Amino acid sequence: MKSAEEIFEILKAKFGQSVIEMKKDLPVEPFIIINPSDIDKVCFFLRDNEELLFDSLMNLSGVDDANGQSVNDEEGGLKIVGGTLSVYYHIESTKLQHKLCLKTSVPRENPVVNSVYFVWRHADWHEREAYDLLGIKFQNHPDLRRILMPYDWEAGHPLRKDYKNPEFYQGMKVPY
Amino acid sequence: MFNMGLLDKQFTDDNIVITNVEDLFNWARLSSLWQMSFGLACCAIEMMATSASHYDFDRFGVMPRPSPRQADLIIISGTVTLKMALRIKRLYEQMPDPKYVISMGSCSNCGGPYWEHGYHVLKGVDRVIPVDVYVPGCPPRPEALLEGLLKLQEKIRNETMVNGKLSLQEKSA
Repeated sequence: MKSAEEIFEILKAKFGQSVIEMKKDLPVEPFIIINPSDIDKVCFFLRDNEELLFDSLMNLSGVDDANGQSVNDEEGGLKIVGGTLSVYYHIESTKLQHKLCLKTSVPRENPVVNSVYFVWRHADWHEREAYDLLGIKFQNHPDLRRILMPYDWEAGHPLRKDYKNPEFYQGMKVPY
Repeated sequence: MFNMGLLDKQFTDDNIVITNVEDLFNWARLSSLWQMSFGLACCAIEMMATSASHYDFDRFGVMPRPSPRQADLIIISGTVTLKMALRIKRLYEQMPDPKYVISMGSCSNCGGPYWEHGYHVLKGVDRVIPVDVYVPGCPPRPEALLEGLLKLQEKIRNETMVNGKLSLQEKSA
């Protein structure tokens, strides 16, 4: 069983620049920030290293950090420019009984994260959900389709803070 | 129960009843409303409870049919998402006439708690199919659904071949 600080030291020694920092001054559990293009390598290591053995991805969730600039678009609505979208990974080792939280942030305009589908198969639908609702693209995911919204939904990703619902979908009025 | 003119003592055989075709058809229709086995959300749990032995939908002739081709009634019991709305429309179109719709619960009546921020919810199933009876509640208790069914039976009882479905207000006017 290892604490988050110990795991951070192990990762820092192994991956250097890919492991950006550890946040533990927030009123939540400590989490480690990883470079989005190295998250799959780090996760493979976390799963297979004999001291760590993180065999379970408990949850994978996407977040719109809403830290960009709000500007008025042509139609008078608000649009967010810049800022980041984030993905959080909550992982657990069922053998060693320890847990860890990872975070990776990507720019809103080009949100590409490496998929952890091949590390934990549980990531399959979680990544599809984050793609569906926030538009985060998971590179190397074998089947990155929408999972909740209709396949032909063209109005964007509903959980983005600057999302606007369409007037109509397939001839049905959407607003109340 | 229905307007069968029983002409006392006109016939020696006492198992003859005289009525008109309209009332007979209406009586037959309202007494065996077979509903499609179709449920959407938490309202469907209440609908199943209504079908089960305690509330016993079957005493009104309502029983679930697994195919829209054999169903007279569809109870929209739950949140209608935009994705499901297209399927509901198709199921409704597959049902043979005469067919009836009960909209059960706030979601299917008007969008319910998703009326403003539910980006995925159709704000009322009556935007895709015509509804005969709206049952309020979130979810409605089985008693409420039973009352909705009785209202529907009342509506069917007053149908005419010329005018088809009449609303209760139109009939009483």
